Amino acid sequence: MIVFDEVVKRYPGDYVALAGISFEIRHGELVVLSGHSGAGKSTLLKMIPVIERPSEGVVRINGQDVSRLRSGAIPYLRRNLGLVLQESRLLFDRSVFENVMLPLVITGHPPRDAARRADAALERVGLEGRGGEMPAGLSGGEQQRVAIARAIVNRPSILIADEPTAHLDAAYAGEIASLFKSFNEAGVTVLVSTHDEILFSRYQPRRLALAKGILVGDSAC
Amino acid sequence: MLNWMQLHARAAFQALRGLARQPIGTVLSALVVGIALSLPAAGYLLLDNVATLARGVSGTPEISIFMRQDAGEGQLRAVERNLAADALVASFRHVSREEALRHLEQSGLGDVLGGLTDNPLPDAFIVVPRGDDPERYAQLHARFGDWDGVDHVQLDSAWVDRLHALLGLGKSAVILLAGLLGFALVVITFNTIRLQIMTQRQEIDVSRLLGATDRFIRRPFYWFGSLQGLLGGMVALGTVWLSVRALSGPVEGLAAAYGAVFQLAGPGVEESLVILGFAAFLGWFGSAISVRRHLSERLR
Repeated sequence: MIVFDEVVKRYPGDYVALAGISFEIRHGELVVLSGHSGAGKSTLLKMIPVIERPSEGVVRINGQDVSRLRSGAIPYLRRNLGLVLQESRLLFDRSVFENVMLPLVITGHPPRDAARRADAALERVGLEGRGGEMPAGLSGGEQQRVAIARAIVNRPSILIADEPTAHLDAAYAGEIASLFKSFNEAGVTVLVSTHDEILFSRYQPRRLALAKGILVGDSAC
Repeated sequence: MLNWMQLHARAAFQALRGLARQPIGTVLSALVVGIALSLPAAGYLLLDNVATLARGVSGTPEISIFMRQDAGEGQLRAVERNLAADALVASFRHVSREEALRHLEQSGLGDVLGGLTDNPLPDAFIVVPRGDDPERYAQLHARFGDWDGVDHVQLDSAWVDRLHALLGLGKSAVILLAGLLGFALVVITFNTIRLQIMTQRQEIDVSRLLGATDRFIRRPFYWFGSLQGLLGGMVALGTVWLSVRALSGPVEGLAAAYGAVFQLAGPGVEESLVILGFAAFLGWFGSAISVRRHLSERLR
């Protein structure tokens, strides 16, 4: 489903962020990508929605080589992925409900159906009845849950999260981790990066460990 | 199709919300655009009114054929036959030397002619050409001059031609002014959209991550530019209408003082639509250039 084949990423100045990474993630897996800051986790995750392209090697999503995807096709790839980033990246001049609706507006869903799905997504992350509020009035954990609701509202088959609990305290981080587990149990492939080794340990995920751009461990091997 | 319309409706709504969110800026932009556009619009209207006035004053142009003093009866009859057979001549009238003298005496110049023993006035023909093509008049003017016994041919509408030439020059000046001020409108919209893109940077980035196409991101900016132009067009129309209302009384008074009836005309439905459409188009054009210049970087 997600295949990295000898992927190298070089930045100007000959800085190598990823040095020949290869792995394969099957449908329905829960995978935790771990490593210290600068290990290459974010760079690796950015290659899946083609925010970054590899300097060498191939990235395949559902059999499609996305590393050479033409620019016009990228939005359609991203519509099938759920993305949660370190910062919630919410639009603070819009309500929680409007933020969650945004992916459906982009894909041109009929308004009534979009509203129904946004309500369901908010309920799924435990924010039912909070749609009318503005994001600034929510806690950090709640804002991240809104971001997760926005990521799942399109019912993606792959959910990618880059350090989603980085700015949260332990209690909120545990809630977010359990949310990801519940999506995975519903059949969604989840790939989440974290520098917190024990956060997902109770769910026994597959672990990919990165260090200085090299894959140093894969619990599936 | 329905989806396409929904996306446009959403973009238009988003643009309207953007305009409403900054009412002072919106009003100021509309005023600047409106005043800039009202100048060429008023100029065009002024020329149109002058042209209407000129048409009313000149009526149908006439060509006067003056015969030589020694022209005989045979030559007069030949000219009559030629005029009757000419397809470009709508009608003509023979003014004999005696009739011309009588007219002159009736006009109060009889004393001037009193000392003369002979009638100095020639036979003449007043010709009304068919149609209103100035080239036709010139053709007839040249043809009549070649006929036997003809001394002089005078085109009575020469001053109208000069006025039309002046109006043509005025129209060119208005077009130039419209071009220059239209360019100003494009520049204003260009800058407004640049600021919009800067303030909506986060929304653009988030939308991209969520799968928005370039078209989806650009569309609200196109609508914003068009709506801003349209608002400016409305201000321009309003300004022109108010000016016409303010000036129509004095202009009618002036015309009445010369014994004429003249009413200053404001822009009609067609002209109003052209002004609004032109303003919206310029707004769209300014936004299109700005989006191309400032958004392409972000969308790459």
